[in-house]
Amino acid sequence: MDYLNYLRQDKMPHIWCDGCGHGIILKSILRVVDQLGWEKNNIALVSGIGCSGRTPGYVDFNTLHTTHGRAISFATGLKLANPKLHVIVVSGDGDATAIGGNHFIHAARRNLDINLIVFNNNIYGMTGGQCSPTTKTTKKATTTPYGNPDSAFDISKLAEAAGASYVARSTTYHVAKLDKYIKDSFLTKGFSVVEAYSSCPTSYGKMNKETGKTGLQMLMYQKDNTVPLQKAQKMTQAQLEGKFITGVFVEKDKPDYTENYAKVIQTAKQQ
Amino acid sequence: MKKNYNVIVNQKWCKSCEICVAICPKKVFDMDNFYAAANRPEDCIGCLLCEKLCPDFAIEVRLKTEKEK
Ligand SMILES: Cc1ncc(C[n+]2csc(CCOP(=O)(O)OP(=O)(O)O)c2C)c(N)n1
Ligand code: SF4
Ligand code: SF4
Ligand code: SF4
Repeated sequence: MDYLNYLRQDKMPHIWCDGCGHGIILKSILRVVDQLGWEKNNIALVSGIGCSGRTPGYVDFNTLHTTHGRAISFATGLKLANPKLHVIVVSGDGDATAIGGNHFIHAARRNLDINLIVFNNNIYGMTGGQCSPTTKTTKKATTTPYGNPDSAFDISKLAEAAGASYVARSTTYHVAKLDKYIKDSFLTKGFSVVEAYSSCPTSYGKMNKETGKTGLQMLMYQKDNTVPLQKAQKMTQAQLEGKFITGVFVEKDKPDYTENYAKVIQTAKQQ
Repeated sequence: MKKNYNVIVNQKWCKSCEICVAICPKKVFDMDNFYAAANRPEDCIGCLLCEKLCPDFAIEVRLKTEKEK
């Protein structure tokens, strides 16, 4: 696999810190694009703001680096104006579920034919480690130095409840699964969400050493603490404490927004 | 043991996270002056774990051509 074919090599090396999981997710996306044989010109990769938001800067597709939390809105316009385009959105957990939370749930509700990949590192990486909606209770962040009092969102369950066609979650350690889920999500009609557990050693690891301080340690923690969905369903809440639950949450064939919208256009033209 | 793979580290992009050193089942890599170095490519079994898990696009593993063997 020649990753260089898909990179803007003059922009490399990328800005992500040593051991940051975001690069592993980007590689997985590129492998899938390569396997599917998609033309670079037929792909649009859209992001908001954050470390994850820097992704479009490195790839040789049509790319759009938008405002914080609003990537899905820009992507909606792209998809409706040009339904043949493969529209991929990459988003951090903050970008997707804090400032962009409403765009996220409504894109799922409308079942827009967009592929969202959430780089979930449980923190605001770029701005210095503030707690995000996915920072788990008791975990530390620069804004919760004594432990987070809030409950965390489960991004995959949120996407499922809001109506996405496809929802799956993997860790960055389990790259084979990550590849498979991204591929299946790309092939599903409608809104698809792949939640990829990433690691942010710089902002999260340094404050929560029990789950790994360096990128390598965090990757090893994922390796040792991942539970497949089917197995997790038979376990208690206490047994699942600190575990990463991975698997396919939703896989449905249902009408997507572009299809429904085309029907509206048709009806309007007939009257 | 047949030497089947070329394992190439692009040290210009390597950020010395040491993931490859720890992850390789055949211990092909060492850290060498801050950067990873594929010191024992002849032991490589081509599992591609290092290539897939290097966050920095700094490792390439490829089958040797007949000429290179
Ligand atoms: C409207 C607006 N509000 C706040 C910010 C500051 N800001 C930049 S990135 C970011 C959060 C990044 O966290 P996340 O989305 O989880 O991505 P990561 O950096 O962890 O990949 C914030 C709050 C901004 N750029 N724009
Ligand atoms: S701050 Fe965290 S998320 Fe951002 S590049 Fe560094 S390790 Fe990655
Ligand atoms: S391909 Fe596998 S065996 Fe070969 S160097 Fe990489 S991790 Fe080691
Ligand atoms: S995994 Fe990549 S960036 Fe990390 S030490 Fe190895 S070659 Fe360097």
